[in-house]
Amino acid sequence: MSEAPRSQATNYLTHTRGFKSWALTLDHKRIGLLYMMFVLSAFLLAGIFAMLLRTFLLTPKPWMIADPEKAMRFYNNMFSLHGAMMVFMFMIPAIPAILGNFVLPMMLGAKDVAFPRLNLLSFYFYFVGAMFFTYVLLGGVLRAGFDLHIPGGMGLDTGWTFYTPYSTAKAESGVIPATLGAFILGFSSILTGVNFVTSIHTLRPKGMTWFRMPLFLWALYATSVIQILATPVLAITLLLLVAERTMHIGIFDPLLGGDPILYQHFFWFYSHPAVYIMILPAMGVISEVISVHSHKHIFGYNFIAYSSIALALLGFLVWGHHLFAAGQSNLANSIFSLLTFSVAIPSAVKVFNWLGTMYKGSIHFTTPMFFAMGFIMLFTIGGLTGLFLGALATDIHLHDTYFVVAHFHYVMMGSTLFAFLAGMYHWFPKMSGKMYSENPGRIAAVLIFIGFNLTFFPQFVMGAHGAPRRWATYPPEFQPYHVASTLGAYLMGIGLVTVGLNWLHGLLRGRAAPANPWGGNSLEWHTSSPPPYDNFAVEPVADDPYRMSNWEPDPTGEGWIPSKQPPELEPAEH
Amino acid sequence: MSTTSTTNLASGIAHGLERAPGHDPHLAHHFHSPEQQYRSAKLGMWVFLGTEILMFGGLFCAYAINRHNHPLVFSFAAQSYLNVGLGTLNTLLLITSSLTMAWGVRAAQLEQRRVLITCLILTLVGGAGFLVIKAIEYQAKWDEHVWIGQWNRYNNDYNDESPYKEAPPAQPPSPTAAVSAAPEAAPSSSDANKATDVSKVKPRYIGPTGLANAPGQPSAPPAAEAPPASGAEMDQQRAQRYRDLSAGDQWRVSTFFSCYFLMTGLHGLHVVVGIALISWVLLRSLRGDFSSRYFTPVDLVGLYWHLVDMIWIFLFPLFYLIR
Repeated sequence: MSEAPRSQATNYLTHTRGFKSWALTLDHKRIGLLYMMFVLSAFLLAGIFAMLLRTFLLTPKPWMIADPEKAMRFYNNMFSLHGAMMVFMFMIPAIPAILGNFVLPMMLGAKDVAFPRLNLLSFYFYFVGAMFFTYVLLGGVLRAGFDLHIPGGMGLDTGWTFYTPYSTAKAESGVIPATLGAFILGFSSILTGVNFVTSIHTLRPKGMTWFRMPLFLWALYATSVIQILATPVLAITLLLLVAERTMHIGIFDPLLGGDPILYQHFFWFYSHPAVYIMILPAMGVISEVISVHSHKHIFGYNFIAYSSIALALLGFLVWGHHLFAAGQSNLANSIFSLLTFSVAIPSAVKVFNWLGTMYKGSIHFTTPMFFAMGFIMLFTIGGLTGLFLGALATDIHLHDTYFVVAHFHYVMMGSTLFAFLAGMYHWFPKMSGKMYSENPGRIAAVLIFIGFNLTFFPQFVMGAHGAPRRWATYPPEFQPYHVASTLGAYLMGIGLVTVGLNWLHGLLRGRAAPANPWGGNSLEWHTSSPPPYDNFAVEPVADDPYRMSNWEPDPTGEGWIPSKQPPELEPAEH
Repeated sequence: MSTTSTTNLASGIAHGLERAPGHDPHLAHHFHSPEQQYRSAKLGMWVFLGTEILMFGGLFCAYAINRHNHPLVFSFAAQSYLNVGLGTLNTLLLITSSLTMAWGVRAAQLEQRRVLITCLILTLVGGAGFLVIKAIEYQAKWDEHVWIGQWNRYNNDYNDESPYKEAPPAQPPSPTAAVSAAPEAAPSSSDANKATDVSKVKPRYIGPTGLANAPGQPSAPPAAEAPPASGAEMDQQRAQRYRDLSAGDQWRVSTFFSCYFLMTGLHGLHVVVGIALISWVLLRSLRGDFSSRYFTPVDLVGLYWHLVDMIWIFLFPLFYLIR
C-alpha cells in the first residue's frame, strides 16, 4: 500500500517472467488464466467431437465407418467423450474457475482469494484430473474409430452419467480411470468452493455489506455452496462405483443384492445441483453485463440475490425428476415434480429483473450485450421446456428423447456458454489490457445464436415425435431434422472460431484498454487494465456496485472516467 | 473449565491477535490483520469439514438404506463377527485422544510449549493405537474369510481362485456333523421358492463353510472345517442364526461387510491423514513456531481430529452395538 502506484509496465502479466513464475504462481489472476488455457482446450476438443457426432448422424445408418459394430462403438465412445468432457472439464469450471478466479478478489477490493496456495492446488487437481480423463476417453475414441491403440486408452461408453448396472458390468474398461479422473476434478471444484465462500465471508472491504456485493459474487457464493455440499457426494458415489467394479461390493450391482437405482439417486443428488453449478455463475455474469451495458442500476437487486440462494437450495430437492421413468414411487414422483416446478419461480424472477434493468436503460450494443441478450432468449426457451419435462405425464412421453437433449443444451450451452462468452468479452479488456474489435464479435454472436437455434430447435420437434436420444441410428423420417441440426452445428462452429480469432486479434493488435471501458462501478473497474500484481494501487472503498452515475464518458478518448460532479443519488432500490 | 477462564482465554487470544505488529512473519500479504487471517483459516476449515461430513453422508445413506431393507442381515453379521470389546477400546482411545488434542490447542494458545508437545504425542499414541487395534480386527475378518466384496465368503462373486477357497462338498452331508444340517438347513418350501428366484443370478454361490449352504445346494461340511479362530459353540450359534435368515437375507450378508469395510476404511484413512497432520504440527511445535499470537495450524488440525473422532462415534454404535 505504501508503495507508489505502479505504472502500466508492471502489471500482473509482466510482474515476473518465466515458466516457473506462471506454473507456481499464487496470483489469482494468473491462476484464472491457467484455468482458461486448459478449460478452453477441453472445450475445443469436446466441441470438435460434438461436430463429428453431428456429422456421424447425417444419415440414418452410420456412413463414416463401414462395419456397423465398430461404428456404434466409435459413436458411443465419442458421445461419452463429448458429454463427460463438456460437463466435468468445461461447464463446471468455466465461469467460476476462469472468470470467478480472475474477478472475485478484485470485486472484493482484495489482493487475492483467502487461500492462494489452495487455489493453486485446486488448479493442479484440475490439471491432473483433466489429463487423466482426456487420455482415457480420447484413447477409447482413437481405438474405436481409428484403430490406434495407445496404452491405457481404455475408453468410456457409458455417457457422462456412468449409470449402473451397465457401468459395473459390460461397459468399456475405462470406467475406473474415468471415474477416478472425475473424482480428482471434483476435488478441484470443492476446493475452489471452499476458497470462494471463505473469501466472500472474510475479505469484503469496508462499506461492502452483503447487500452491496456485486450480484456476480452472490452467484458465485451460491455456486460455491453447491460445490461444497454436493460434490463430496459425487466423490463417494464414484468411489463406490470403482469399489463395485473392482471388488464386487454389492451396493449397486443387482447380481450381488445391490440397487442400481440407488446409484441414480446418489448420482443425481450431485448432478442435479451441478446443473446449478453451471447456470448460477452464468446468471451472475448476466446480471453484471446487462446492468453495465444498459448503464442503469440493476433492477430488483435483493430479488436477484435471494433468487440465487433459492436456486442453490431448491436445486438440492429436485434430483428425483431424473428418475420419473426409473421406477420411483408415484408419491415420490409427485413431490419431485412439484418441487421441480418451484425452481421456475426464482429463474423467472431473474429474467424479469434483467428485462426490468434494460427497460429505459441506455443500452450499448456491445458484444457482451449481444451475448447477454442471446442468453435471455435461450434461457427462457430452455427454462420453459424444462416445465414439460417436470410434468409427470409429458415426461413419460418425452423421457430419453431428443427433447431432453434440446432442453438441456438450451440451458447448458445456450445459457452457460453465452454467459461465459459475454463475461469473457466483458472482462477481456481487464484481463488482457487490450480492446477487441466490436464488429467481428457482434457477427460471431449472431452466427452462434442462429447456429445454435438451427441445431437444437429441430431436436425439440424430433423429440416430441419420439426420436430416442443417444442412438447411433434412427428411422429415415428423422433425417431432415438431423441434417438441419448438423448444419446448425457447423454454423456454430464457424461462429466460435470467429470468437477465437477475434480474441487473438485483440490480444495481438488490440488498442490499449482504458481502466473502465464500459462505465461499470464494481471495484474491478477501479484499477488499471491489466491490474497490477496486488490489484489496487490504492485500496478502494466499496460503494453501490451499480451506481453508474459515478462515471462519465472520457471526453479525450475511449472509456469512462470518474464523474466531476458529485453523483446525484439514484432512487433507492427498496 | 469455568466460564470465566474461557472468557479470559478468548479475550486474551483476541488481544494477542490485535496487538500483532504489521509485519508479522505469519501474516500473508493479502490479509489486513492476523485476526482476519485467523478467521479465514478457521472458516475455511469448518467448510472443509462440512464437505467431509457430506462425503461420509453418502456412505451413511447407503448403510441406512441397506439396514432398513435387511435389518436381520445387519444384526446377524454384526453380532456374529464384530468384536464389541475391541470396538469399545477403540472408542475410548479416540475420545481420549480428542481430549489430549483439545488440551494441546489450549496449551498452544497459552504458550505452554511442553504441555503442547506432550499432548500432541499422547494424541499420536491414541491415533496409532486405534489403527493397531483396527488392523487386528481386520486381520480377524480376513482369517474368517469375511472381507470386502469378492473376498467375502457370503458374496455371490466369492473368488473361486482364492488361496483359501474350500470346494463345495460333493456328497450329501453326514448326519453326524456338528452343525446338524438335516432338518434345519433344508430350506422350507417358501424359502425354496425365494431361492429359485435368487438362484437364477447366483451361479457361483458358496455358502459360508461350516455354517450352512445356500438352499438348493448340498448342505454344509462338518464344523471341523470351520475357521479355527472361532469356538465350536459360537460357530453353531452363528450357523443357526444364519439358517434362520430368509434366502434373500442370506444372499445379502456380504453387503454388511461392504458397508463396514468402506466406512471404517475411509475413516481409517482419515485417521492416517490425521496422524500425519499431527506429526507435522508436533515438528513445528518442537521448532517453537507457535505462540499465543499464532496457533492456527494447531487449532485447525485439532478441528480435523475432532471430526475424525466424531465420525467414529457414529460408526461404533451403528456397527458394533446393533440388535
